[in-house]
Amino acid sequence: MLRYIIKRILIGIPILFLVITTVFFAFRLIPGDAARILAGDEAPIERVEQIRTELGLDRPVLVQYGAYLAGIARGDLGVSFSSRRPVAVEIGTRFGNTFSLALAAIGLATLVGIVLGVISALFRGKLADHVVTVIALLGISVPVFWLGLLMMQLFSVELGWLPAAGHGTWRHFIMPTITLSVFSIAFITRMTRSSLLETIAQDYVRTARAKGVRERLVLLLHSLRNALLPVTIVVGLRFGYMVGGAVITEEVFAWPGLGRLLILAVGQRDIPLVQGLLLVFATSFVVVNLLVDVLYAFLDPRIRHR
Amino acid sequence: MNLVRSLFRPILTFAADNKLAALGGLIVLLFVITGVFAEQLAPTDPNRVSVRNSLAPPGSPGFPLGADNNGRDILSRIIFGARVSLYISSVAVGIAGLIGVTLGIVAAWYRWTRGPIMRLMDVLLAFPGIVVALTIIAILGRGVENVIIAIAIYQIPQFARLAHGLALSIQEQTYVEAAVAGGESDAAILTRYVLPNIIAPIIVQISLLIPGAIMIAAGLSFIGLGVPPPTAEWGAMLQLSMTWGRMAPHMTIFPGLALMLVVFGFNVLGDGLRDALDPRLRGRS
Repeated sequence: MLRYIIKRILIGIPILFLVITTVFFAFRLIPGDAARILAGDEAPIERVEQIRTELGLDRPVLVQYGAYLAGIARGDLGVSFSSRRPVAVEIGTRFGNTFSLALAAIGLATLVGIVLGVISALFRGKLADHVVTVIALLGISVPVFWLGLLMMQLFSVELGWLPAAGHGTWRHFIMPTITLSVFSIAFITRMTRSSLLETIAQDYVRTARAKGVRERLVLLLHSLRNALLPVTIVVGLRFGYMVGGAVITEEVFAWPGLGRLLILAVGQRDIPLVQGLLLVFATSFVVVNLLVDVLYAFLDPRIRHR
Repeated sequence: MNLVRSLFRPILTFAADNKLAALGGLIVLLFVITGVFAEQLAPTDPNRVSVRNSLAPPGSPGFPLGADNNGRDILSRIIFGARVSLYISSVAVGIAGLIGVTLGIVAAWYRWTRGPIMRLMDVLLAFPGIVVALTIIAILGRGVENVIIAIAIYQIPQFARLAHGLALSIQEQTYVEAAVAGGESDAAILTRYVLPNIIAPIIVQISLLIPGAIMIAAGLSFIGLGVPPPTAEWGAMLQLSMTWGRMAPHMTIFPGLALMLVVFGFNVLGDGLRDALDPRLRGRS
């Protein structure tokens, strides 16, 4: 098991290194001059040069790259162009907000998705199955920002039940959590259904049936545990994307998280901040995938012995 | 007549087998027609400002779906918005498909390219689509062309990964071995033997990625970093409704409904096509 975990970590590190490198050089391809963009069109040339020196943009690209890598190793992600505060601080103060929202959303999505998926498989071909299938199809088709706006107009403006924006209390969590989880609910529902139906067709389930175990019990006890194995992968994948993928949900509900920070950073072309955020997003994706792989190997002995 | 019948019979059989997918196909067809013939279909100029009719409710004379804060006709803006969505998504997915499939096939055929190409794809796949798109916008700036490039780059790995997997199994086939033994050039083998045999799943992939492209394009406009105003675009219309929606709910409801309907149409059509092309998958989703 330990060997497996170490192997997985060794696969994850080069991907992060590649992400850092790709992102760094991609931003060096920008047509135009970062110092000029930052100073504004009207700024005198001296000001532009001053910014260039301050940010080290006058050094050769490879030197900048080496300095950037060395910085990351020390936890230094550079200084934000626009706020002039360290990128690590900007990200650190908002990370918790995005992480808690993503955690709530994936929790909700997993719970609802598995329940709907089981119902759908249990009543395969019946009305309940069709209803769940259509719900899942709508769930992957609904634009998240539209859903967010509709909920806001209904529950905040019309009914006054929930706060429209911001964060602080648990009531602020309700609408953003639902908005962020809808796509994943639909995804997990479909995955649970198909995985369960596939498992039911397996030999050991037939054996259980032949032994006379009651039908519903067969499904729940003998199939569900194995059927949920692939579902854990999907849950992990969705969660890994959620830390970065909350961009639009955060924008709708003015949620002070990393997604809104990214929109801000892109709008102002704050390159160090964008780079830092991308690194954090990629790291959460790689870490979550690592955890899921380890969990999977723990649950399914066939994997870790391969 | 015979030609027409032989052309339509498979479509009809498919539609009879899978009614939901047929509905999806119909929605997609309507979307394409709306986008192509926007001038003919729209009751008025989508950018005609009329302060007098600001926020006119649905059903007002001349405004079947109401007007926005500038008194612009919502229906006309939705119709022209279909054109923008159709244009961005088809060009973006087209570019992504061309580059992605090429990369995938090349990575499968030339072993030494596999590492670099597929690792680069892994890097892109470590991010959600909207984050990749936003990053490209940060590099290139705003505008329709840059939105197209941003979406194409996010979707290239989706095509590359699929094409790579498919090409790997096809090139093990005997007919490919025979072509190699027969001394045919690599280019001929890849375009004449490999590509035609992986094209069906790629077409399915196209129909499943277009809704993703439409959604990302609308999302970018919604956060103000996509198609610049005053272009009629569904995401941009929804952004405007964040300010005005509480006074005029029709500004929120109709553009979102159009967006959802089109995405839904592509999704069920894609699902249906996938099931039809690979019967083993039937009933799995």
